[in-house]
Amino acid sequence: MTDSPTVQKPIQETKTGRAAAGPVKWLDERVRLATLVKVFGRKVFPDHPTFLLGEIALWSFVVLLLSGTFLTFWFIPSQGEVIYNGSYAPLRGLEMSEAYASTLDLSFDVRGGLLMRQIHHWSAMLFIAAITIHMLRMFFTGAFRRPREINWLIGVTIFMLVIVEGFAGYSLPDDLLSGTGLRIAEGLMRSIPIVGAYISYFVFGGEFPGDALVARLYIVHVLLIPGILLALITLHLILVFYHKHTQWPGAGRTENNVVGPPMLPIYAAKAGGFFFIVFGVTTVMSALFQINAVWNYGPYNPAEVTAGSQPDWYMGWLEGGLRIMPNWESTIFGWTFSWNIFVPGVLLFGVLLTVLAIYPFVERWVTGDDREHHLLQRPRNAPIRTSLGVAGITAYGLLWAAGGNDILAVWFHLSIYEITWFMRFAVFIGPVIAFIVTKRICIGLQRKDRDIVLHGFESGIITRSPDGEYTERHQPVSPVEAYRLSEHERVSVAELPEEFDENGVRAPVRRVDKVRAKASHFYFADVVNKPTRAELEEAQHHGDGEHAELEAAEDEGFTGVTETGVPKST
Amino acid sequence: MHLPLIRRGPLRRVSSWRRHRLAGVAVVLVALSAVGGAYAAFAPDTATADSSQSDLVQEGRKLFLVGCSSCHGLNGEGVLAGEANRNYGPSLVGAGAAAVDFQVGTGRMPMSQPGPQALQKKVTYTPEEIEALSAYVASLGPGPAIPPDEYTDISGISQEQLTEGGEFFRTNCTACHNSVGAGGALPSGRFAPTLRGVTPRHMYEAMVTGPQQMPIFSDAVITPEDKRSIIAYVKAVEAQPDHGGFALGGFGPVSEGVVVFLVGMAALVAATIWITAHGARVTDKTAKASTDSEADR
Amino acid sequence: MSDEDRPDELARGGGELEPVGDPIPDPGLPEEFPRPTDVDPALERRAELQVAGAFGLATLLTLGFCVAYFAIPKEKTIFGWDASNFTLGMTLGGALLLIGAGAVQWARQLMHNEEIVEERHPIESPEEDREIALDMITVSAAESELGRRKMIRNSLLGSLAVLGLPAVIVLRDLGPIPSDEELRRTVWVKGMRVVNDVAGTPIRASDLEIGQLVNAQPAVLVPTGDPEKDKAIGVLHGVELLDAKARAAVILVRMVPDEINPPPGREDWGVNGILCYSKICTHVGCPISLWEHQTHKVLCPCHQSTFDLADGGKVTFGPAHRPLPQLQLGVDAEGYLIAMGDFVDPVGPSYPQMERD
Repeated sequence: MTDSPTVQKPIQETKTGRAAAGPVKWLDERVRLATLVKVFGRKVFPDHPTFLLGEIALWSFVVLLLSGTFLTFWFIPSQGEVIYNGSYAPLRGLEMSEAYASTLDLSFDVRGGLLMRQIHHWSAMLFIAAITIHMLRMFFTGAFRRPREINWLIGVTIFMLVIVEGFAGYSLPDDLLSGTGLRIAEGLMRSIPIVGAYISYFVFGGEFPGDALVARLYIVHVLLIPGILLALITLHLILVFYHKHTQWPGAGRTENNVVGPPMLPIYAAKAGGFFFIVFGVTTVMSALFQINAVWNYGPYNPAEVTAGSQPDWYMGWLEGGLRIMPNWESTIFGWTFSWNIFVPGVLLFGVLLTVLAIYPFVERWVTGDDREHHLLQRPRNAPIRTSLGVAGITAYGLLWAAGGNDILAVWFHLSIYEITWFMRFAVFIGPVIAFIVTKRICIGLQRKDRDIVLHGFESGIITRSPDGEYTERHQPVSPVEAYRLSEHERVSVAELPEEFDENGVRAPVRRVDKVRAKASHFYFADVVNKPTRAELEEAQHHGDGEHAELEAAEDEGFTGVTETGVPKST
Repeated sequence: MHLPLIRRGPLRRVSSWRRHRLAGVAVVLVALSAVGGAYAAFAPDTATADSSQSDLVQEGRKLFLVGCSSCHGLNGEGVLAGEANRNYGPSLVGAGAAAVDFQVGTGRMPMSQPGPQALQKKVTYTPEEIEALSAYVASLGPGPAIPPDEYTDISGISQEQLTEGGEFFRTNCTACHNSVGAGGALPSGRFAPTLRGVTPRHMYEAMVTGPQQMPIFSDAVITPEDKRSIIAYVKAVEAQPDHGGFALGGFGPVSEGVVVFLVGMAALVAATIWITAHGARVTDKTAKASTDSEADR
Repeated sequence: MSDEDRPDELARGGGELEPVGDPIPDPGLPEEFPRPTDVDPALERRAELQVAGAFGLATLLTLGFCVAYFAIPKEKTIFGWDASNFTLGMTLGGALLLIGAGAVQWARQLMHNEEIVEERHPIESPEEDREIALDMITVSAAESELGRRKMIRNSLLGSLAVLGLPAVIVLRDLGPIPSDEELRRTVWVKGMRVVNDVAGTPIRASDLEIGQLVNAQPAVLVPTGDPEKDKAIGVLHGVELLDAKARAAVILVRMVPDEINPPPGREDWGVNGILCYSKICTHVGCPISLWEHQTHKVLCPCHQSTFDLADGGKVTFGPAHRPLPQLQLGVDAEGYLIAMGDFVDPVGPSYPQMERD
């Protein structure tokens, strides 16, 4: 155990404590301060890198609020036309919207304005990247299981809202690139069956481009969505605090405790420090890397376009879908259905969100596991979930790459058409291959863990017996490590009940139970379970040559090997 | 009779010359020269070789036979090959001096190997040789001439012309070449090349000759002054600083997305690992050992 | 937070119990060893200096930011970048990073960092609370008599449900309901000149060479320079101009007449091999002008829809379904190119009622 901290006088007897006593008492009489401190002061947060991914998102949100507020002091959300007369020469004298002109002013005539614009945009990209990786971490470790399903749903909602928020945000400057994106969005709206044209006219206030959209997007971007996000993030954090954070399995960690440093002072220092690090990294990126150089694109003009038009990265997968979708459009009873646009542009987003939202409940139905879980699962111990996740990531990644097919063609001297055709098939075949490969890897890792628990790890020392047999010595693992590799739960395939019981009475099996049994088989049939007590004992007292060697090595007190691989003597 | 002026004045000499027996021949010669000279002065500027350039044309023809005729034919008439008479090397009759100055001057020609398009490579001819080749091809038939300096000299461009050049550029060029002239993809492995490092003269010539898949932008529709404005804008954008930092090639959101993950998230994930790292620990054995081993943890 | 005592291995909720120590018993929290800064005062001092130094340097950088803001002029560049942006960003970013790194280093190396154990409490409410809550609700329900007074309950629900309607109805004036005609027609009319985009100059057929592309627009979008005349003709400005341009922008291309294969009924829609097509892609509306004059194909940069302009604008690749609409060309009395009417096919992205008019 480490030394206990230096004995400290009770805080109320120190000089600072005495000085603060008055104000603290005043507050406590009004808001029950002491109880708050009691609840939160020494709350435990387990320490692991993967637990800080959500914090990257949280602190990026704060940076967005700060930098965004700065921008609102100069940005004019209007599509009214004005003649530009600022510092940027190549556009001087050009008629453009006030939104675009004020963005140019921020970039060239407000000191620190370009920095703030770049901080805001880099931070938005990091925000969504962090949310995505954080969500994947939740998925692969099973952190969405009871009691955290509501938090998972809140998270999926936040994920959807930030994508819309980002799109609205970069469309505000009314430049050529984002305006092209809005043009595409209008086409997507039109593809909605039956009501598409009406929706498009309602959103744009008439024909495209109209002069209403920037002002409407502005209020969505600075008020509506940030407000909802603030509420959702607060609720998200309240639930994390209430449920207490999950933790990785390990020695001393159980389903009924949380082990880690306390909120005050360690965790507050680390989390607070991390806020500054996130802000600092974003600011340094904004000093070194140019982003969204709107002055190069020019103001939006519906007869102009630039080669290499892509949305921001988080919409790239939808863009890819639009590019590789075959040109199917049909007319049914006189109504036009643009499958080529509706399926990849609108339906796909809805499908992703639905799959994400219902997954915890589908898995619960398949596994039948309704217990609380506060220990995380290592991805290898849930092979099918992990494989499904990797297959999903593969599909997403291929669509994302397809969204940049013209840039790929230029960088790597390929043909766009061939990239498109490749992607059309790869998007289906790739995930299947990824699933199979991942499943095999997970099962292989499970076998490895099981072997280590049973036999110890391979030490790399080969011994040759007198009769010429080569065996490898295994070094036993410490109890801490062995426990870590075997703390997960055993799983078994759900069995269907017998249709006829022992008295010959028929109890028909429902169709949904048969489906469930099949799904359970899919999930658990190939899983390699951890060894049982009996198997472990048998392995430890097993009398073949290898283990006899092991015992002999233990007598000698194996203390490791030298650089040349010769075992050290004690 | 009123002859006294002719008999005694300055016209007396002319009058006697009128009666010279070769006077008629002289008049015809003068008339022909006058008409020919007037035509040469007023005719439009197609680069037909005239007699004073014949040395250059001959020089060009020699170079052409060695380096170009295997694909373009011994007289620049083109070589057809393969099924459906596809062009092996197109005819250069009417291609004009501008086309040669562009293609050979940027190293695209001679084409080193057949492919989706001729790639820019090291220029293999000297400027004098290129001038000769241009003169020779110009002599094959009328075509676009090398632009005069007044249209390719962009110094002294006015603010209005610069801004208008940008409008022209964004309407006509960025769809293939991208907003900052970084280039873009075309079908079947072809691409619109980057405009960076391209001289104003070559830009002008490309617009007017429409090399490979690039369309032609004739002077009648996009006037020479407009072309000058476009070139000035492109050069201004090329010369301006990348205000916000590394421009990442000018390819926009795709490169920015790469940076988000490879720079931003990588740095932040590295930070998470550092923040939660268990750190060096002093186990019992090494604590008993000398202070040296502690210091070099 | 209650301190309920439970054996560690009990799994809560449904499911089987796992036997104790299966297969290996919990060895308990591992032993915590001290950090070098805990045992060696020299290292401790060094870490303290590191942290204080980081904070101190951060202070200097922040002051540097304040100076740089005023001192660096707008036009100055460094490394080919804006000097102001670079300096402000590096000073502020550096300061923030150092404060963060300092705080983290302080926590990692110097703060007493023993891990503690906190017991989890049951997530669900205790039995007692549940009973009290149910009692309260029962009493409140009884006192309100809501269960008994079904008329009040039903009419209340009805009145609240109907409130959803005004919320939707007030949004009606977000935009007009488009008529079929409005969705179909563009500003092109018979006799309107096809003029060069940006310059606004009219175009003669002889101005175009084979292989040429012209980005063009209807003449009604070009101001004449005389406001009175503009009003008389109906020249469009501002948002009306952009709205009209978004559907009326066209391209002119000139090909060898022999290579053109016009659709039936459109043999005379060109002039000397010059054809006019909509510039707006029929996929989702990006403007197209990647004209490959040797292949006669035009490519949209957004999603790579490809149209063969020698073959009636047919789609040869990509996600667009409908061919590119063609505009019939003619020549006016002065020899300039004009439209012979509006587009016959719908321009731009498809919409549901497209075939119904």
